[in-house]
Order: sequence, then C-alpha cells, then structure tokens
Amino acid sequence: MDEKRKKELERVAAIVRGEVIGMSHRAKSAHLGSCLSCVDILTALYWEAPGMDPGDASDPERDRFIFSKGHAAMALYAVLAERGFFQKEKLASFGEPGSGLAEHPLPGGVPGVELATGSLGHGLPVGLGMAMYAKIAGFDFKVFVLMSDGECNEGSVWEAALTAPANRADNLTVIVDFNKWQATGRSCEITSLAPLADKWRAFGWSVVEVDGHDIAALSDALKSAGGTGKPLAIIADTIKGKGVSFMEDDNNWHYRIPNAAEVEAARRELGLP
Amino acid sequence: MRNAFAEQITELASRDERIMLLSGDIGNRLFNGFKETAPGRFFNCGVAEANMIGVAAGMAMCGARPVVYTIAPFVTTRCLEQIKIDLCRAKLPVVVVGIGAGLSYAELGATHHSCEDIAQLRTLPNMTVVCPADPVEVRLALREAVEYGAPVYLRLGKKGEPDIHAKEPDFKIGRAIPLRQGKDICMIGAGNILPEMIAAADLLEGRGISVSAASFHTVKPLDMEYLEDAFRQHEIVASVEEHSVCGGLGGTVAEWLSEETSIRARLVRCGVPDTFFPDAGDQAYARKYFGIDAESIAEKLERALTKL
Repeated sequence: MDEKRKKELERVAAIVRGEVIGMSHRAKSAHLGSCLSCVDILTALYWEAPGMDPGDASDPERDRFIFSKGHAAMALYAVLAERGFFQKEKLASFGEPGSGLAEHPLPGGVPGVELATGSLGHGLPVGLGMAMYAKIAGFDFKVFVLMSDGECNEGSVWEAALTAPANRADNLTVIVDFNKWQATGRSCEITSLAPLADKWRAFGWSVVEVDGHDIAALSDALKSAGGTGKPLAIIADTIKGKGVSFMEDDNNWHYRIPNAAEVEAARRELGLP
Repeated sequence: MRNAFAEQITELASRDERIMLLSGDIGNRLFNGFKETAPGRFFNCGVAEANMIGVAAGMAMCGARPVVYTIAPFVTTRCLEQIKIDLCRAKLPVVVVGIGAGLSYAELGATHHSCEDIAQLRTLPNMTVVCPADPVEVRLALREAVEYGAPVYLRLGKKGEPDIHAKEPDFKIGRAIPLRQGKDICMIGAGNILPEMIAAADLLEGRGISVSAASFHTVKPLDMEYLEDAFRQHEIVASVEEHSVCGGLGGTVAEWLSEETSIRARLVRCGVPDTFFPDAGDQAYARKYFGIDAESIAEKLERALTKL
C-alpha cells in the first residue's frame, strides 16, 4: 500500500472512530473500547479486501463477512455507513426504537449484516458452513469472520477451529481482535488464552500475526487469504480503546459512556472538527 | 424410523443437489447409500453439535438445504441457542433430526433420554415441530420438511418401530391424521408412542368404550380445527406422548384450551411426569414405570371417564 492510500484509510478510520464515540455518547451505549480496537481491521477489510463492495450485497457469489463480536456493533454500523451500505445520516438514529440499529446487529436492520450476533461463539461455525458449502457448490467466494479475544472463551469457537482444517476450508479467514481485555479482566488471565497464535497453528490453521492498527499490514494479511489448503487465522494485536489516549488500554471503557467534554477531547485527538 | 429416514434422505438427495447431510458422528454405515448417491454431501461434523448447527446455518444462508442428524438430546438441548439464533432468528431452511427421542434409548441412561425437546423447541419463533408416528410418516414428513423453507424439528424414535399406516396417508405438516372415529374418548398422540396409544385404544374398546384416535404428529403449529371438533364431540380428549407433560403436546393443548370457551371435553395428559427416569431399564420398562404403556394409558382413561 502506498503512503497516500495509507493516509487516506487512516483518515477513514479516524472518521469512523469519531462516529462511534458520538453514537456511544448519544445512545448511552457501552462497549466503546471494544469498538475502537477493531476499527482499523474493519477499515482494511471493507476498503482493501476485494469482494466487500456494497453494490454486491445480494450477489450469491459475494464474499461474506460475519461480525461475530456483535457487542461492537457501533463500529460495524459506522464502517458500513462510511463505505456506503446505507446513508450516514442514519447513524444518528442508532439505538432508537424502529431504527433497525440495535445495540447488537440484526440481520435485516441495515444492509451488510449477515447474522444476529452478540451471543459470542456463533460467527465462526456459521462462517465455516458458508465456506464448506462454497467448496461443494463450486463458489469462489471467501468468508471472513471477526471475533474478539474474549470470544475465544466459548467452546463453539474451538469446535469450529477443530473442524475447519479437516474440511480444508482455506476459503475461511478468522480475524481475532486480540486487545488483551474482556468485560471484567485480562483475557489471558481469565482463561489460558496465550499463546493464542500457537493454539490456532496447533489446530492446523495458517496463522499470520499482525499489528492490528497497521492498515497496510492488515490489508496484506487479508489479501493473503485462500489457496493454501488451510483456513487462515489473523491474530491482530490491538489496543482496546485505540485512538483516544485516555481510553487506550483502560478497561473501564468496556462499559463507560463518554460525556460531552470527553467526546470533544476525543475528536480533537482524532483530528476531527 | 431410522432406516426410513436414511432411505428417504438418500432418495431426496438424488433429486436435489442442495441437500446436505450433517451427522454428529453417528450413523456411519447407515448413510453409505447417501454417500454413494450424493458424493461430498455427507459431513461428519464430529461430536461438536453447537458447531454443526452453525455450519448448517451457514450452508443454508448460501442456498443449501441442510439436514442435521444426531441423537435427540444432543441435537436439541445441547445446542439450543444455536438453533434459536442461527436457525430460527434467521428463519433458515434447515431440518433438525433427533433420533432416539423420548425414552427410545432408555437403557443408555439419563444423558440419552429426551423428554423436554418438544417443549424447548416449540417456544422458538419460526420453528416447526413434527413427531412422526411410524416409518411411513418419517418419509412423508421429511419430504415436506426439506421443502418447508423454515426450520423444522423432526423427532424420531429408533429403529424397528411397526408401521401404523398400511398405506401412505394424506400427510401435511400441521394437520392431524385421523385413525379411527368414536364418541367417548379422543386420543391424540405425537410420535413414537403411537403403537402404545393404539393398543390402549383397542383395550378401551374391548371394555365397551368408544374411542377416536389420531396421529397428532405436528405439535407446532397446532391443528386447531381438529382440536375444536375433538373437544366438542367427546367426553375426554387425551394427549399421549413420550415426552414430559410439561410443555409437550399435552402442555400445548392445555395452553390452547385455556383460551377456548365453547369446549365440552376434559383434557387428560398422558406423558412422562416432571421427573428423571432414575433406574436402568429398556424403553418398555421405562414406559411402564411412567405409566405410558398401553395398559396404564387405558386404565388411566377408563378411570377418568368413570369420574366424569
């Protein structure tokens, strides 16, 4: 990725972060830290991976993306709107009755949402089913699933992790937003999550470890998906609350809602008006 | 029922390339015919039922017609949330098949009994619950279920059940199949208990009691038309099932009944009481233990009729 494109996408990510912070403040909606940690991943996916074009939303051959860490829905909505899946003005109605923009994603709420997520550990099995069917039905599409590191507590994640390589699902990519926190503590203390990359390797996956805030590196990792005979796990090293100094790596922002002054300070740091 | 399922799914898959068969590491030789007929479309998903339901959902979202098969408690209770969110919330055309429902595998112990699956699955929006009474109904139900366009739970017994129907009856999901017409008691039965129910009906008729009977194979949606007539035309309507009296066919009819005003008959529920089977023993023994063998059902209904 050239420097100009990189700067352009970093600006997109900053705008998305600003939208997310505003939504959290207006709707008094939690999980801000979890949203901010995955914005760069989503930006790389929607702007760099081929096959994520809003125009293809009903194409049976389109690439699929399952947003399995549903608690970070604000980030998904802001990215979808910025990418043109629906009008940006709609983000102002987030959380309002009848808006379709629930605190966890609803299929049918807005274009681009494939699965109702929020209960963790659902996305990878469903993504695997899509990938397995693509193989048997002769479709070329790829499937991407974004999970949180806390989500790796769920047994169903590891059921799918065991099953995917046996089915040679190399059209499946999981991205783990490894921000080192879950709701109430360090993800590597609550369960023995580390060494996370080695776990996926041991299960038979190709593994790429990447700086989860380096959009160019994420783009390269996403584009490397497919054709290897193995499913791909991208372990994205991230910082919860990334982009706002007073939220970074502070797990209070799993549930805290920013007040007006904090929104203003955050926007200033992000270089937004 | 097991063999009827294997034969029918193989036949359907030969005509419809969208059909995928997912198994939770059971039925190895049973599906040899399927594997030959539909190469690459049998998936042994291992002993990982939550994942298996998710995989079926993903396949269905891309155009497949997956049929998921394993032992009843493992394909229902164990992965209930996957059924709720991945299948029902998305209203996907996936058939969930539970083999060994009720007390079919009584001798295998409490883990293999499934007397609460109807109650759990029927509360899920978009779910349809069908309990075929015999191998003939298994074939008919499966044919309709794969074309249903929404999740269907097929609750099967085991192998070797007798045919209730001498020839193919007129079968439609949501519509009871009348088996005989009488005037004192109407017995409606769901699923693999039907042979006991019919034997109980014979016993009652031998004692001078006139009995109607129907295979009430679909618990959701309820055949309200049949129920309205049954409750108007008889003294007693008896629900019969190898399932808990909490929330199964009897519970569902009781809910419906509570809002009906012009009802004449009394409802008697014959099913498994709200307790675990505490002992070793086969299905026949377990049925007797819980009072849902033919003789116990007949006695219970005869008593109920004399008490009116």
